[in-house]
Amino acid sequence: MISRPKSYLFTLLLTAGLGYPAVAQDVPEGLQEDQCVVCHTDLEALPENFVFDNVHMRPRMSCAGCHGGDRTTDDEEIAHAGDFVGVPTAEAIPSFCGSCHSDINYMRQFQPSASTDQVSQYFTSAHGQALRQGDENVATCISCHTSHATLPASDGRSSVHPFNVPDMCNGCHGDAALMAEYGFRTNQYGDFVESVHGTALLERQDIGAPACNDCHGNHGAMPPGIQSIENVCGMCHVNNAEFFESTPMAVAFAEEGLHACEECHGIHDVAKTFDDMVGVGDESVCTMCHDEGDRGYEVADSIHAQLVMLKSVQDSAQVLLERVQNIGMDDVEISYSLRDANESLIQARTAVHSFEPEKTGELTDKGVESARAAMAMANEEIEGFRFRRFGFGIATLFITVLTVALFFKIREIESSRAS
Amino acid sequence: MELPRSQRLFAWLDERFNLSPLIDFMKKKEVPIHRHTIWYYMGGVSLFLFLIQLFTGILLLLYYQPGEASAYDSIRFIMNKVPFGWLFRSIHSWGANLFVLFIFVHMFSTFFTRAYRKPRELTWVTGFVLLVLAMAFGFSGYLLPWNELAFFATKVGTDIAGVLPVVGDAIKLVLRGGEDVTGATLTRFYAFHIALIPAIFTVFLGLHLLFVQRQGMHEPESVAGLPPERKKMIPFFPNFLLRDIFAWLIVLNVLLFLSVFFPWELGVEADPLAPAPSGIRPEWYFMFMFQTLKFIPPHVLGIEGEVLGVLAFSVAGLAWLLVPFWEIREKDSDRLKPMALIGFLALAFIIVMTIVGYLV
Repeated sequence: MISRPKSYLFTLLLTAGLGYPAVAQDVPEGLQEDQCVVCHTDLEALPENFVFDNVHMRPRMSCAGCHGGDRTTDDEEIAHAGDFVGVPTAEAIPSFCGSCHSDINYMRQFQPSASTDQVSQYFTSAHGQALRQGDENVATCISCHTSHATLPASDGRSSVHPFNVPDMCNGCHGDAALMAEYGFRTNQYGDFVESVHGTALLERQDIGAPACNDCHGNHGAMPPGIQSIENVCGMCHVNNAEFFESTPMAVAFAEEGLHACEECHGIHDVAKTFDDMVGVGDESVCTMCHDEGDRGYEVADSIHAQLVMLKSVQDSAQVLLERVQNIGMDDVEISYSLRDANESLIQARTAVHSFEPEKTGELTDKGVESARAAMAMANEEIEGFRFRRFGFGIATLFITVLTVALFFKIREIESSRAS
Repeated sequence: MELPRSQRLFAWLDERFNLSPLIDFMKKKEVPIHRHTIWYYMGGVSLFLFLIQLFTGILLLLYYQPGEASAYDSIRFIMNKVPFGWLFRSIHSWGANLFVLFIFVHMFSTFFTRAYRKPRELTWVTGFVLLVLAMAFGFSGYLLPWNELAFFATKVGTDIAGVLPVVGDAIKLVLRGGEDVTGATLTRFYAFHIALIPAIFTVFLGLHLLFVQRQGMHEPESVAGLPPERKKMIPFFPNFLLRDIFAWLIVLNVLLFLSVFFPWELGVEADPLAPAPSGIRPEWYFMFMFQTLKFIPPHVLGIEGEVLGVLAFSVAGLAWLLVPFWEIREKDSDRLKPMALIGFLALAFIIVMTIVGYLV
């Protein structure tokens, strides 16, 4: 088998000998006959941000696949004649890309299950609608996917990989001058990176955490409306949304024109929740609307008390568990029980969105029961440990007495024998 | 006048088995008392520890379930659910270590007091075989809890056995019950640990004890040369036996202390697909060999280092077994005592390499 550098040299010599145009050394295999690639590489006239790994750089597609022209000739005039498009305008880009991506018969050659509705979705988005109205500053396909470094979203180098999406969107939405034209704020990215979602995605590299497109949509990007915001959050936080939707609070929110979820948790700056968010303390979000004396105030107070109670018993059980582990006693059943308590706490925190103390109380009572069972087992283990030491003390005492008695018996036998 | 019941029973037995000469022998049996007498107890302590291993081992057998899926959980069950299971498992593990330790002490005390000399050559040979079998007990028992450390240590240990020329691969295959350490190895080691090794051990232990009882205790040269009136002797029954029991009680107390305050850990369950953890090491009594093999260069004089190491240990072990038959005799006037020097070097080598093994 000929190695790659050797094969290039071989091809170069062979084609030169036959009178064919020379092939650039750094053109990947399969594209060496493509004269667009060969000439633009030789002339160092490849587009900015061009990468050969680009998904479109494959035989029978490459440059001419999008830009038209004749890829078989090295004659510039002939190559750039006919259906040659050159650089499309922003307005033309959706149909430029859509000529392939909206054609299922063409796309299924590469991805049998490919969706081909990107362009139609795009024109439902705020970006697409503005473009239709002649605004060429809005994002088009290449704004997100790039023009010549288009890589699959699963590729870590891709601009649309989940880890890169916030930064990519911020390219425009963080541009104060550009956004000023639309009257948009530019703090979304800053809020997001500090949020529970942003830290999970960008710091902990949790691919399951949401990026911009998970809430706003991909090609049909739109800010969620008042009615749809709980559905957006509910895509992941299913139980929370279900609880909320069935409460009178959901109706009241809609009547008041308040955004569900967002009013308590924020938008892009969604912080990690904590038990004191409920209740009537300084950090409570309930007291933003409810005052002392009203029903909501009482409900918030009692739910908070239930959560605090469970957390406190769970913490005590955790301390005992660590003690059991430190002394090397059996911790298996205790851990299981404590896990049950923790599960109840998570369920109770979710059930907070029902705003029913009976519902949350049922779960916290169950959790308290599990945590107390764990404490009882831990105390039994600690007691067992003490018993072992006590038992050892008794055994040692017995053995020592026996040893001393034996010592005197031996002396007695040996002295009587000597005398 | 009618004899008491016990005497009637003895007379009944004596009539049938002629026990009187045996009793007379026991009555007359004496043990010399001198400044080296303490070493006489080491064999007795080793025997006592063996009996403890036997007793606790049988208790563990009641609950232990060999098998890849059940071994670890059954030990966990023994430690957490069986009343006093934690104690018996811990005593069995600590006892195994003390057992090997006391056999080593017993062997070196025998070596340095020249107790292996005629007529006790076979007592030495059977004793050395018992040491090897005790180490085999340890090696096979180490895997039985099926934890991560034991799994990988067994892998390394059987790999080492496999480097022996000609027979290495066959030995490895027999030990593992296949190409790799698997559940088949576990059941095989279980069979070795509870049936094969105990059976062989019992035979050699019986011979060893028989020789000791028949030939009596060895007297070191400094004592043997003394006139009879200057020698101090005590009867074996009951004086020496009581002294033996005295030592056993102390060892039992130490064993209980270790088992209660430093319970033997179970570790993490073995996962044959997981990468080997760091810090894989064999039991301490294999450490000096393990560490030496690590120090030998990959190739020495065209021979693979590991092969050379294993061969060297095999030859050294064989030489140690046959010490009574090639001993270098020195004169009393010789300042250099070659056998004492050999013994000292062997002991120093074992201690130093073991310490290095734990420090490196």
